Amino acid sequence: MTADLMLPRAFRITKVRRELADTFTLVLAPDDDGPVPPFQPGQFNMLYVPGVGEVPISISGDPAQPETLIHTTRAVGAVTKAMWSLKAGQSIGVRGPFGSSWPVEAALGDDVVIVAGGIGLAPLRPLIHAVMARRAEFGKVLILYGARTPDDILFDKQVRDWRGRFDLSVHVTVDRATGTWSGNVGVVTKLIKRGGFDPHHTTAYVCGPEVMMRYAADALVAKGVASTNIWLSMERNMKCAIGFCGHCQWGGRFVCKDGPVFNHAAVADLLPLTDF
Amino acid sequence: MSTASGILSRNDLSALFDALAARGLEVIGPTVSEGAIVLAPLDGPDALPAGWTDVQAPGAYRLHPRDDGALFGHTTPVGGWKRFLHPPTVRLFQAATTADGFTITEGAPPPPRQAFLGVRACDLTAITRLDAVFQGNPFTDPIYAGRRAGAFIIAVTCAQAGPMCFCASMDSGPDLRAPYDVALTEILESDHRFLLEAGSAEGAALLADLPLTPATDRDTAARDRQITQAADQTRALPPGTAERLGRMLDHAHWNAVAARCLSCGNCTMSCPTCFCATVEDSSSLDGATAERHRVWDSCFSLDFSYIHGGSVRESGASRYRQWMTHKLSSWHDQFGTSGCVGCGRCITWCPVGIDITEEAATFAAVDAARHPVEA
Repeated sequence: MTADLMLPRAFRITKVRRELADTFTLVLAPDDDGPVPPFQPGQFNMLYVPGVGEVPISISGDPAQPETLIHTTRAVGAVTKAMWSLKAGQSIGVRGPFGSSWPVEAALGDDVVIVAGGIGLAPLRPLIHAVMARRAEFGKVLILYGARTPDDILFDKQVRDWRGRFDLSVHVTVDRATGTWSGNVGVVTKLIKRGGFDPHHTTAYVCGPEVMMRYAADALVAKGVASTNIWLSMERNMKCAIGFCGHCQWGGRFVCKDGPVFNHAAVADLLPLTDF
Repeated sequence: MSTASGILSRNDLSALFDALAARGLEVIGPTVSEGAIVLAPLDGPDALPAGWTDVQAPGAYRLHPRDDGALFGHTTPVGGWKRFLHPPTVRLFQAATTADGFTITEGAPPPPRQAFLGVRACDLTAITRLDAVFQGNPFTDPIYAGRRAGAFIIAVTCAQAGPMCFCASMDSGPDLRAPYDVALTEILESDHRFLLEAGSAEGAALLADLPLTPATDRDTAARDRQITQAADQTRALPPGTAERLGRMLDHAHWNAVAARCLSCGNCTMSCPTCFCATVEDSSSLDGATAERHRVWDSCFSLDFSYIHGGSVRESGASRYRQWMTHKLSSWHDQFGTSGCVGCGRCITWCPVGIDITEEAATFAAVDAARHPVEA
């Protein structure tokens, strides 16, 4: 009999972290004390709240430490709002990991440009861990991060730690400056235009709202980065994560099994289509 | 592969049902219900639609009597075989909830063993389309695979094409294009009889249990004549449709179709290859148990593409485009074949009679006007 990939496995919440007003992180460990499957940066799990539903959520932890399963998400729908109210010690269901991943190897020897918008930083954090774990094998490493307001900067302590490093350039911009913000204001594509990387030897990883990824990729291409060296991560409705439910189709692609990470050159013609 | 064959008399047809029952198979086949020929469990030969045929047109379906007592003298039954392989609703699992978590208590129910009696060429091809979706691409759905492995397929030769049929242009019929256990040809001559031909070892074993007489050239000639007749079809999908639709995604004609489309989803429900499903979660009133069911879904619903903030495909045009381009174009990218087998059900069951072949022809005409062939 074929293994039933639709059956969730119970995981216990070991820690809940409130990251932002609507964003939280769950740290999970399996109820059955069995091993946690390894994951690649950019992959996702289906998280299930009994009786409520199941949603695809990217893994936001360190791929070198898969036993600490970490997800960061916004409370925006019925399931994520139900998750928001869960406490340490309670269980949720986990299926996965699923999908394609950020190809770390593709950037070896290149400058690395990581472009994140809002919660898009969460699926990119495992990639940042993976790149920093072998930092010497890459050229410059830039993190360009756009948030709505200074209060919406995700993983702010970690972002500050990254900014303090000499082997990493971190640039943050906000759509709307509030409080004492004295940093960049404007869309993240402005940070791309500023450069600071060798476009002909750059691999870029982009994650954020679809329209942001489209314009970020265009800005990178305008700068001289080859479309084939740009990777982005798509989001669609998913009910199964294994290509059966049909919900995540994007043209000929199933975002769940062919993505969520796609090469820009392969999907550039689909990005401008509205309602697709 | 066996070449076993023989003739079963109309009067001995119950022997076929008995032999299937002896193998523990529930027989599913065509029967008249609620004014239509549907596929349902059959108790015996009397449940078959003797002396009935269907008349189909865009947005219309009627039963008409025929005077020859034919049992398979109709075209596509309502719905296809998909509901028996990919059930409209099926439990994925049951969980017992506890104060701080849950345990899975039951998975999906065990698959039944069924004999599919009267699978037409288009529908036989449709089953292979579903195989590609649910088996090894790269994942395998145990619910589908369990039912598929247990299915005993008795295909039927199409004696005539209905006005909605276009299998001949879809490489899916009218001759049988995919493996079956037994092929049945109904011969309506002075002696009403059936030519049975085995397509598998299991099929040959079944034939060995039946009171058959040897088939003659006259019988196989009758079969070939029927297939030739059924190839005479009035509808066809224009060549090049897959590639053409793929580059006309932003064409204004989608809006023209959408102006007629009700987004009701009938086409997706009646299509023998539409496989999309959603999940439904429920819990008991006391919260002690939770269940998750898989339920057919349609890309015509707004919920289908909903992600936080709204639906990706808000307009009717975008949803019709999703359905038609998936069926005729992007299915090729996904599975290497068309998702359409030319059964014509989506035309018949569309309440406003939208004709997928006509729409494809409109795109071809617009495209030809836009890109005239250079002299």
